[in-house]
Order: sequence, then structure tokens, then C-alpha cells
Amino acid sequence: MLRFILRRLLQLVPVLLAIATLNFFLLQIAPGDAADIIAGQSGHATPEFVAALRAEFGLDQPMWKQYLLYLGKLVTLDLGYSFQYQLPVTSLIADRLPATLLLMVPSLLIAVGLGVVLGVIASRRRGGWVDSVVSIGALVVYATPVFWLGLMLIVLFSIQLGWLPSGGIADVREGNTGLAHVLDVAHHLVLPVITMALFYVAIYTRLMRASMLEVYSLDFITTARAKGVPEGGIAWRHAARNALLPVVTLAGLQFGHLLGGSVLVETVFGWPGLGRLVFDSLLQRDLNLLLGILFVSSVVVVIANLLADLTYGVLDPRIVHK
Amino acid sequence: MSAILSVQGLSVHFPTRQGVVRAVEDVSFDIDAGETLALVGESGSGKSTVAAAIMRIIPSPPGIIAAGRIEFEGRDLVKLPENEMRRVRGSRIAMIFQDPMMALNPVHTIGAQIVEALTLHTNLTRRQALGRAVELLELVRVPAPATRVGQYPHNLSGGMRQRVMIAMALACDPRLLIADEPTTALDVTIQAQVLELIGELKAKLGMAVLLITHDLGVVGETADRVVVMYAGRKVEEGRVEEVFRAPLHPYTRGLMRVSDFEGGTGQAMPEIPGTVPSPFEMPSGCAFSARCEVAVEACGATRPVLVVRGPARSAACLLLDEGRR
Amino acid sequence: MKQFWRRYRKNRAAVGGLVVVALITMIAIAGPYFHPVDPFDMVGRPYSPPFGEFPLGTDVSGRDILAGIIRGAPVSLLIGVVASLVATIIGVALGSVAGYYGGFIDDALMRTTEFFLTIPSFILAVVIVAIFAPTVYTITAAIAAVSWPSVARLVRGEFIAQREREYVQASRALGMPDWEIILVQILPNALAPVIVVSTLMVATAILTESGLSFLGLGDPNHVSWGYMIGVARTALRVAWWMTAIPGLMIVVAVIAINLAGEGLNDALNPKLRER
Repeated sequence: MLRFILRRLLQLVPVLLAIATLNFFLLQIAPGDAADIIAGQSGHATPEFVAALRAEFGLDQPMWKQYLLYLGKLVTLDLGYSFQYQLPVTSLIADRLPATLLLMVPSLLIAVGLGVVLGVIASRRRGGWVDSVVSIGALVVYATPVFWLGLMLIVLFSIQLGWLPSGGIADVREGNTGLAHVLDVAHHLVLPVITMALFYVAIYTRLMRASMLEVYSLDFITTARAKGVPEGGIAWRHAARNALLPVVTLAGLQFGHLLGGSVLVETVFGWPGLGRLVFDSLLQRDLNLLLGILFVSSVVVVIANLLADLTYGVLDPRIVHK
Repeated sequence: MSAILSVQGLSVHFPTRQGVVRAVEDVSFDIDAGETLALVGESGSGKSTVAAAIMRIIPSPPGIIAAGRIEFEGRDLVKLPENEMRRVRGSRIAMIFQDPMMALNPVHTIGAQIVEALTLHTNLTRRQALGRAVELLELVRVPAPATRVGQYPHNLSGGMRQRVMIAMALACDPRLLIADEPTTALDVTIQAQVLELIGELKAKLGMAVLLITHDLGVVGETADRVVVMYAGRKVEEGRVEEVFRAPLHPYTRGLMRVSDFEGGTGQAMPEIPGTVPSPFEMPSGCAFSARCEVAVEACGATRPVLVVRGPARSAACLLLDEGRR
Repeated sequence: MKQFWRRYRKNRAAVGGLVVVALITMIAIAGPYFHPVDPFDMVGRPYSPPFGEFPLGTDVSGRDILAGIIRGAPVSLLIGVVASLVATIIGVALGSVAGYYGGFIDDALMRTTEFFLTIPSFILAVVIVAIFAPTVYTITAAIAAVSWPSVARLVRGEFIAQREREYVQASRALGMPDWEIILVQILPNALAPVIVVSTLMVATAILTESGLSFLGLGDPNHVSWGYMIGVARTALRVAWWMTAIPGLMIVVAVIAINLAGEGLNDALNPKLRER
């Protein structure tokens, strides 16, 4: 098992290299470079000043040297410098990453969990009214832009009903500590998680339903019926266990999609995570920060895929861990 | 000997958009305690549908049991409410299937699958059931049963998987075992072992066997009586020796010819010319008449009824009545 | 062709979807003539509610919301359709070659698509548009750039399935050049699922475009529904309809396209339906 993990982590390396190369490439083709930006911000952008800055940042070196420098920096986790915040990109990201994970992990778990359950329920009475309601509901939610969904939920639960806060991660005014703080954060977490989860529930429901329908036509289901297993047992013990497999794989692949969604949801709810950081950096065209986030989020996706593969290996006994 | 299963006038229909498929039409037969009855026919003859009807696992929608009774242990299975039928399935009547790789759940251990059959129908605790599962594996001669119990279907060979299926089916001591093409997916050598095993267990446990197959060789070796089906209907019935020695129905004769063929240079392999009629275009007369070598005009127009030629010996052919063979 | 329409017509939801799509297209094309108001013009008092002087009210700057909806339609639709088309063309080109030839080319394609599927596509689109300054062209290119890998994989799979079939072998035996086999022989057979995926991709592209516009990465010269939602955020407390209306349009459009697309799927693959 350990060797399996190590092997997969090693497969990470070429992917990371490719992502880094892409980042570097994007940095190069961006009009203007760091020197121009700083010079522009400082107010006296004379050619000599810009040239001096370039030399200082190594921007006048040949491309391949810059590339190697860039890779070298990456290995030491140096993702560059954010001119907007006047802070190293790495520390900014490290600061915001936990909030994003706090939002994403519960959302993913709820989305997959609820999606699987709804998918099984819908597939049991295919064509029945439950199936129709679930399928139509899934379609409508899937068609809704996730940021609009969040805004509408704010209108309903925050503005009209006043049950939940409309943004932020905690109530700064109260100055809560300990348990009160945890509860406060949880209170603020509800709407963003519902928004994210709702959106992705639709995808997993449809997928699980389709998977179940395929599994239902397999031979071992007939064997189970011939044994006298009641329909409920057939659905949950026999069919669902098998239908779950492609859903798990997809959950891993979808993680990138989820991260993209977090950009929008965090912006809507003012949630202080990576997604919000993307939004903020857009206003200032802070390229270093943007690319740093791209890099880190790709790494996160790769890790998520690895976790999904491991889960698949646990669920499917046909996968042998040598 | 009294019949433990009595199928009377069974008809199974599948309404489709292009018309009604009469997969099984007016089929009747009995199975006596301790005997092996073979249900023979080519694919599409309806034999597997009969088995599914007895177990009431016909995919419905769209299939329905349109008519008939199936008497078993004093009750009509056709009319039994579903929850009671579930108690019959797997415990009083058990079924094994053709392809053991696909027929076993790939994500459950074989021990768990056998235990499930036990916990569903008996009061055994899980530990007791597990012990019984090991015993059953021994009974079907799976080597190292205690280890096998924790393994998965893909860890076993085809022959062993079929034994596991048999063990699962016998777990609750059924009175009747339905075997749907149990050896078709297996190697010839394994086939013989599995058939032998079924025969042994049948004698040991005193159960009856309904053997569904298209392989007359298997029928000759293991069955006591045989029912021949064609296009959803029964066309001949009798003790195996009699039917093999002197088949009454032209279709049965054709089957015998094909399976008797020894083969030699220059000899053309015999075949029954033509194909089974499409279920949507069933002729009004005898369904076999188009391919029959001795058919007369009347055959195409009148549906033949079963002519009885002895106790549990009959065939459905117009020519039998007239004493013309 | 007639058979196709007959099968399609059977799915009433799909027909409904198609009708709605046609309606939206008509609004996009003919709307500006019937309601020639520039969505950027300040025509009235800000925060006017709908069903008043202005059919859908005005936004935070006093601009006509109805005009925004009408002008936003072609923007979203065009970007969606063009992006999907470009992604499809690239995907078909690369996927067919990789699937047909296999070997090194196939490996290279698989690695590349895996790579693209690892990077969060929305964030990549954001980065691309941010680098190149937002215009309808860069947005379309960005969406196409993140969408082509899934088409390529699909086409590759189809080509791998088809390349050992008899008609392909026969064509080879006849001495047909490879490019002709790919284009004329195999591609028409592989096209059905591609058409369906491309249609559904239009819907996803519209959602992505609205997300980009919402974040402020829309083309500043064109109003888009996503942009309208973004602008209306500040007024959420007092004038929630400004957010609701454009969002509703997106939902309707995406549902319609999805229904029409799934109808396509059923009509092109009749066997799968009869289960």
C-alpha cells in the first residue's frame, strides 16, 4: 500500500513540471513584466530605472536561464512576490488555503454523500415520480450558475429571513474565542457550503443514477434476486456498492471543477480563501499571485485524485496492491 | 411418486411496441421428488423464461405471467404475494446460472455471499452462518474452504466459482434446484465434474433438479426425463431413454441427428434447415412446420395438440394422430 | 433525416428545449430592433423596480435591464457556440489522429489531456483572460482552450473502437490514403456522440462565460448576463430582482440547451432508449 502511494507521488513529478512550465510560459507571454509594473507603480518609470529593476530580478537573462531559476525557486517553495500585497506569494497562499479547504471538504462530502443517496433512490423506481422529481431537480440546479445560486440563497436566508449571515468567516465585532468562535465560523459556513454542495449534488446524483441503472442489468443482480434478497437489499448492498466505483473516480476528477467553483462562491460570500484571493488579484492584475494559485490548486487536484484512487482501491477488491 | 412442482398451462408474455412476444405458451409439466428433469431447446425457445417464471424473477415490466398455475408445496407460486415468494426463493427453490463470473457479486467475498443466503432464510447468527458456509464449500469440494471464504470471485477459477454458486444455492436445503445452463460457460473437463457434483448432491440431499440446457449430451448423462421446447411451446416429453431411442416429434428427431453426428471425411454435418420464426410472426399452425421434413399442408394451418403416447410421454405433432410415424 | 426528426419529436421535453433555444436566438437577433435601447445608456432613475416605467426596471446606474437582457443574449450564445465549435474542431482533429495511429501520438495526447484535466479549468480560464485582457475573443479562446480535452478523449475512444472494424480494413486494402479513411470513413460513424457532447458543451460554456463576466473579466464593450449579476451585487439588499432576472435567463437557456441536447442523444442512439 505504501509503495502504491509512493509510486503515485512519483508520478506527480512530471505533472508538476508540466504545470510549472505552463506557468512560466504564461508569465512570459503576458504583456509587460514585473519590472514594468513596479516601475509604473513607483511613478518614475524611466528606461534606466526599468532596466535596473530588470537586472535585479534577473529578467534580462536568456529565457532558459530564467526557466531554470524559476524551477529552482519552485523547489524551495518560492512562488514569487505579490506586488499588490507586498508579501511572498507562498505565505499569502498558505494563509488562505485552510479557509478554502474548510469550505471545500464538507461541500464535497455532502455533495457526494447526498448525491449517491439520491441517485440510488431515483434509480429504484425508474420513471416514477420520485425519479422525475430528482432528475428534474438535478437538471435545474445543474443549470444554475453557482454564484447566482449563492446570491439567491443570501437573499432568502440572510436578507429576507435573517437566519444566516451573508458573508465573511466570522463576526469580527464579537471577538469570540474557543468554542464560541468555532460555532460562529460554523454559522458562517452554512450558506457557502449549501451553495457549493447543492451545485455538485446535481452532478453526482445524475452520475450515480446512471451508474445504478447500468449495474441493475448485470447478472449478479439476478442471482441476488434468486436468492430471495429483498429489493432494498438489492439496491443498497448489491447494486450501490458496485455503482459507487465510477462515482468515486469522477469525484477525484471533479475536484478541479470544485476549486473553480470555490472562486465564485468565495467571492459571493466574501469567504477569505484562495478563491477570494483570485478575485482580489484580478482587480490588480497581480500575475505572480494568480499563477501561484494556479500552481497550488493543480497540486491540490493531483492529491485529491490520488485520494480518490486510494478510495477506489479500498472499495474494489479487484484492485491488487502489490 | 408425487410431484413436488407442477407447472400447468404456463404462459409468459412480453408486450412490446412491435407486438406481444409470447415467450412461453401453454407449457405444462411435473417434476417428481428426487428426479432430474431436463428442459431442452435452442436459444429463444423459452426454456430460461420458464425457469424465471417459476422463480418469479421475470423482468416486469415488461414481462407478465399471462396464464397458468405453478404448484409447489401446496401453493400456487403465480398467485403468491411478493414477500412470501421471497421466502421461497433461495431457500425452497434455488437457482444457479450460466456464467459464474458475472453471476457473483465482484465486491463481496464469497463467504459473505453464502452467508447472505443463510441469514436471509434461517435464524443462524453470522458466526454460525460463516461456519455453515465453510461446511458447504467442503460439500461442493472446494479445496481449502476456510481460506476461500474470505476471497473474492475473481480469485477463483471458473469451475470453482460454479461450485460456489452451487454451495450458495444449496445453503438452505432446497427441495428443487433449477440449473440454467450450468456448464455452458465451462471447459469440457470441468463440465463433467460439475455435473457429477450436482448428481451426487441431489442423491445426498434428496432434491429434484430442473436442468435447462441446449446440450443433449448433458441431458443424456444426467437427466431422468426431458421436455423439449420449441418457439415457446412444449413439443415433446418423456423419459430420456425413450425419447432418445425413438423421438416422436420431427424437431426432436432433428436434434438427435445433429447431436449423434460422429463426423467423418466427406460427410456433411446435418442441420435443421431454416430458423426459428420471429416472435412477432408466429405462424398460426405448427411453429416448426416451415422447417419440418415431413410436414403436410394441414401442419401450417392447424396448431397441433399434445398427443399422449404413454404415462408422461407425449408430443405435439399432427402426424402422430394419424399413425403416420 | 426525416427518421431523425421523427425520433426527436417523440421526446417532448427536448422539443420544448429546442423551442426555447429558438426563442432566445430570435430575441438575440431581432430584439435590438424592437427595443433599440443601448444597455449602457442611463435612461432613468436607478433602482426602478420592474413592471413600472421600464419593463424590467433599471439597475444601479439607471440602465435599462430589459435592454441588458436583450443585448446579453447574443453575447452569451455566440461565445458559447463559437467556443464549443472551436473546442470540438480541435478535439476532433487531435483525437482522431491519436485514436487512429495510436502509439506515441496517442500517448502524447493522453498525457496532454490528463494534464489539462488536472489543472482546474475555471482558474486556468481566469488566468488566460486576465493575462490577455478581456475581450469576447480572448474569452472564447480561453473557454475553448479548457474544453477541447474532453472532446479529444471522446473522439480518441471512438476511433480506437472503430479502427479495427472490417470497413476500415477493407478501405486500407483498397489502398485508401489514411487521411481519407479518417475523414470520410471513420469520422461520420464517430460523430454522433461528439455532436451531443458539443451541444451540451455550449451550455457549460455559457455558464463559464457568465462566471468570468461576474468576476469582472467580461468584455467591457458588451453587456453580458453574468456582468449584470456582478454589477447588481451591491444592490442585493434593496433590489434583488436585478440579480434574479439575468440569472433566471441563464438558467432557462442552459436547461433548454441541455434538454435539446439530450433529445439529440436519444434520437441519435435509439437503441439505448428501449431498455
